[in-house]
Amino acid sequence: MRYRDVLSLSLGALASNWQRTGLIALATTIGVSSVLLLTALGEGANRYVLGQFESLGTNLLIVLPGRSETVGGPPPLLGETPRDLTVDDAYALVAHSSITRVAPVIVGTAPVSIAAGLEREVTILGTTKELLGIQRLELEKGVFLPAGDPRRAASVCVLGFELAAELFAGNVAVGKWVRVGNRRFRVVGTLANSGVTVGVDFNDIAIIPVASAAALFNRESLFRILVEAASENDLAQGESAIHRLIAARHEGEDDVTVIAQDAVVATLDRVLTTLTIGVGTIAAISLAVAGVLIMNVMLVSVTQRRAEIGLMKALGARLSDIRRLFLVEALLLALIGAIAGLAVGIAGSSAVATIYPEFPIAIPRWSFVVAVTVAMICGIVFGVLPARRAAALDPIDALSKH
Amino acid sequence: MIELRNICKTFILGDEEVRAVNNVDLIVEKGEYLTIMGPSGSGKSTLLNLIALLDRPTSGEYRFDGRDVTALSDDELAETRRDGIGFIFQSFHLIARLTASQNVELPLTLAGIKPSIRNDAVANALHGTGLTDRARHRPQELSGGERQRVAIARAIVMNPPLILADEPTGNLDTASGSQVVELLERLRSENGVTLIVVTHDNALGSRAPRQIKIVDGSIAQDLRP
Repeated sequence: MRYRDVLSLSLGALASNWQRTGLIALATTIGVSSVLLLTALGEGANRYVLGQFESLGTNLLIVLPGRSETVGGPPPLLGETPRDLTVDDAYALVAHSSITRVAPVIVGTAPVSIAAGLEREVTILGTTKELLGIQRLELEKGVFLPAGDPRRAASVCVLGFELAAELFAGNVAVGKWVRVGNRRFRVVGTLANSGVTVGVDFNDIAIIPVASAAALFNRESLFRILVEAASENDLAQGESAIHRLIAARHEGEDDVTVIAQDAVVATLDRVLTTLTIGVGTIAAISLAVAGVLIMNVMLVSVTQRRAEIGLMKALGARLSDIRRLFLVEALLLALIGAIAGLAVGIAGSSAVATIYPEFPIAIPRWSFVVAVTVAMICGIVFGVLPARRAAALDPIDALSKH
Repeated sequence: MIELRNICKTFILGDEEVRAVNNVDLIVEKGEYLTIMGPSGSGKSTLLNLIALLDRPTSGEYRFDGRDVTALSDDELAETRRDGIGFIFQSFHLIARLTASQNVELPLTLAGIKPSIRNDAVANALHGTGLTDRARHRPQELSGGERQRVAIARAIVMNPPLILADEPTGNLDTASGSQVVELLERLRSENGVTLIVVTHDNALGSRAPRQIKIVDGSIAQDLRP
């Protein structure tokens, strides 16, 4: 038989029973589209998280006091810190050519209030003007912390978007005074609405000079130092320079942990990709279920079309012709479902993209290939048995029982 | 055309061995017209299936068109049926979703013949059976007589040397039945094909010059002109 004739005969058989065809194609459609949608959601989550990290800057190194012995493990939360990290330690790092700027950070919480009596416990970040560039923060109004000697405890502060809005109820905050702990600070700027960020929520924060924070919390030691390398290529060099410079300042003791943003991102990327593959595999199981349905329906179809199969054999169809006819029918079912599934998957993914524009949903390219391939393999694998059964029919029996 | 020698066909039914066809010797020449008659259960259908190459004999020798066909493979048998035998069934066996012309085209399609050649052959067969204006109708839009004529057109479209008809008028009223028989006889005399009709209808059976009666799996009577 000619391939075109096999195709048109199989298509005709499918079209003549369009309800059955539609329902079975629907099963495949659901399978294919759920593979696409679930992997698209996984990929979207991946991109979302990576995007958040990249907005922090990819050339970032974070220096923590204390030595963590396990590579890649979490920083010690309650572990003893042999020597404090100081502001002088931070600025000593700038001496190396691979490091462009640093921002020492002290973190704590303190009540923030205004004269009208509104008071709230807020995260206080003591740092320097370099943080603005390193964390890629944007100002809504006013200026950031002033340049100058980081040891000078100026009484100025910058408020996060939400905090400013809540304290001043929409009025201009810049120029007003707020009380942080037992000290008064003049608001010199407010941050723009940053949306959600990984880690620190910059919307609900008050930023003050690092020396002021040291005085406020009565503590000289830094929470961490944010270090910006000159480029991504300088990260490794910067890391070893930090260890060397800190060791030189701490009597030969290399007692800091350095985390590269890069490494964190790579780990997260691996975790999220694994998650996406896992979710996609679960969806692929629904494709296998669709395959079983195809087989079931094809087996019923073989029984219903005994007379037709017997006739074809009497008219000279070879075993391979009959097998091919039924196999192509199963494949076409899978193909119709796959195409419809692609359409539904793409439509669903763009619907999510329209409803949640900030969520970067995207169907990964491999997912298209996997979904369609698995659907077609299901069509072949589950089409073989019905096709063989059809070919094995005895034409005499098939013709006489009519 | 057909040479059957000592053909036997036995079935196992439970513990019993049933001999449906028993030592049949039959020679049919090219262009002959014969009817095979007998009561139901006489083995005439089994004999027809053997002649039609749809079934294999348990023992004996069968030469079809001078060729020993007892040892052919399934696919070789299929090809021999396709090129050598036109089938006509009591219940027509048309495919409901295909039009008349597509049904007629089916043997050509299965044989893998080019569409342009197929179209001419189908047009000729439909013309020969008087169905040219019915070509685009589906079986359910046709009368019983027309359906059987479509089946006849399908049987002759490959120009086979042998046409086998199993109770061709069994599902038809008298008028369309005789039309169908006259058509078969005309096609035989025009094309010189061999025509074998199996029936239990005496009126139909007695039309042929050669009449064979089967009783209990054996040829009981072979009336020749």
